Amino acid sequence: MSVAVTIEAIDKRFLAFQALRNVSLDIQPGELVALLGPSGSGKTTLLRLIAGLEQADAGRVLFGDDDTRDLSLRDRRIGFVFQHYALFKTMTVAENIAFGLRSRPRAERPDGAEITRRVKALLELVQLPDLERRYPSQLSGGQRQRVALARALAIEPQVLLLDEPFGALDAKIRKDLRAWLRDLHSRTGHTTVFVTHDQEEALELADRVAILHEGKLEQVGTPDDVYDHPATPFVCEFLGEANRLPVKIVGSQAFLGDRPVLGGLTQNQSGPAALYVRPHHLKFVDETPLSIPGVVEQLRRTGALRRAEIAVAGLTKRLDLDLTSQVAPAIGERVRVKITHATAFATA
Amino acid sequence: MSEATLPDRATNLAAPAARPRTARRTGAEGPVVQLLLITVSLAFLLLFLLLPLISVFVEAGARGWAAYREAITEPDAVAAIRLTLLVAAIAVPFNVVVGIAAAWAIAKFEFTGKNLLISLIDLPFSVSPVISGLVYVLLFGAQGYLGPFLKANGIEIIFALPGLILATIFVTFPFVARELIPHMQALGSTDEEAALTLGASPWRVFFAITLPNVKWSLFYGILLCNARAMGEFGAVAVVSGKIRGLTNTMPLHVEILYNEYMGAAAFAVASLLAGLALVTLALKSLLEWRYGDAIAAARRH
Repeated sequence: MSVAVTIEAIDKRFLAFQALRNVSLDIQPGELVALLGPSGSGKTTLLRLIAGLEQADAGRVLFGDDDTRDLSLRDRRIGFVFQHYALFKTMTVAENIAFGLRSRPRAERPDGAEITRRVKALLELVQLPDLERRYPSQLSGGQRQRVALARALAIEPQVLLLDEPFGALDAKIRKDLRAWLRDLHSRTGHTTVFVTHDQEEALELADRVAILHEGKLEQVGTPDDVYDHPATPFVCEFLGEANRLPVKIVGSQAFLGDRPVLGGLTQNQSGPAALYVRPHHLKFVDETPLSIPGVVEQLRRTGALRRAEIAVAGLTKRLDLDLTSQVAPAIGERVRVKITHATAFATA
Repeated sequence: MSEATLPDRATNLAAPAARPRTARRTGAEGPVVQLLLITVSLAFLLLFLLLPLISVFVEAGARGWAAYREAITEPDAVAAIRLTLLVAAIAVPFNVVVGIAAAWAIAKFEFTGKNLLISLIDLPFSVSPVISGLVYVLLFGAQGYLGPFLKANGIEIIFALPGLILATIFVTFPFVARELIPHMQALGSTDEEAALTLGASPWRVFFAITLPNVKWSLFYGILLCNARAMGEFGAVAVVSGKIRGLTNTMPLHVEILYNEYMGAAAFAVASLLAGLALVTLALKSLLEWRYGDAIAAARRH
């Protein structure tokens, strides 16, 4: 059932706005891929192009070996879940789910009893049994989302496409549905592409994350890959908070001013660079060679963690540091911090 | 402790400050103004709308039931009623089909000239009905541009049924389209896209998704269109020629009777038209009362 999706050198322009620039992406059968990016990055356009709801100006999309330009929307067999679900208001839940089956040409259409049976099975799959007779307006947001998914799955799609699947839900339901979707995917095994602007969602849910920025694909990789080894400063900043230190790289060492702050750099890129350090990749140390002296200026709580803001001579912005232990320094205390992991990008 | 008391104090402080303001709105001068406005509007409605309507029915029945029946069953009246129904039966379905097509094009597609199309749809509303009629006389009349050609081929348009239908279609065209456009625009096209991705054919998308979604505004538009089609006077008067029993519609028949000092008969036929208006109004109110939410989107213009 699952099929590989190959996106080859797609360009798409809306009047003066270049939505996608030379985007290529290979998606394996059964893979769960997230298209991640800020609004206007082209992620939804790319999803709609895969679906066939938009036409590319250049490039093509393959499902397996089939060029989708030769396929009608019906023959593409995609399950598309819209951001606001687009459930048919004038139909019951059962009629919504059965719509795709009833739309088939007469020869391929299952009979009434078969349709009823499949609708029942799908409602059980999305854990909404006994809601057949309800209308979409009588459902909660989370229930609508799952009905929309059941409706998309009813046509036995080759590819499942989800546009901001959790965008319109509140935080608690989002978390529950995420785990549920992950579970559903591992059971049904559809090739799935979903769009999100929430990096946490993308990292938690996807096998691979494709990060888009201004219509260009910045990086594609597993969540660990893109998080720990961002390919561009944009990816690094978009995936999570980071301190940016202007450094100078000489040999394998990075210097902040004339003080060495990080060693063991493998990339041989001498010259000025920006060092991106995540708040949890900074720790307090006693006197050691590669450490930065500073003063604690502020202590804040960020969810589970506590964060210290440290002023460092020569830096205009304070360094953010996540405290790993319960022992916190006092405000005004002189401390030394050490970088445990960082990514450097040349700035020259 | 301090956290618990803080909000209390805040509301205590805010309450006295807020009270005078709300008191002004619903207090002293409020009821007087309200009463005045209601009286003025009611008096206006009574004087200008309700009284004339009642007088139509009173005058219609002034000569008794037999005379009333006589007036609406004499051959010329029956011919006028049949002609009016025939014109409406052709003009309304035509405008429904074309109106849906125009609304569909405007709401679901982007194309150059869209704004021009929207303005053109409104044109019949901004042009005097007499002009609308005259335009057709100029085009198709004996002295008109196409007159000689039509005459040579034995086609009659002006002073005949086709002219009446054309004029009625022109005047009533905007009703359906204008009800549908805002509603369809508000709905967007994601429902249709969803149906297409599920494998539905364009026809199925239209009849299973688009039409049911706008059915109430469509019905509403048809009601108004029909009321106007049957009641239209100006444009029809110009192209009709008022040949009794042949090209006389109900509104024209009423005028002729009235001009011939047959007041009671005129009002009897007029009462039928007034009755149609009342039925339209009742249906419209029923619709709004029963399906208010569904219709709300369609009425934002």
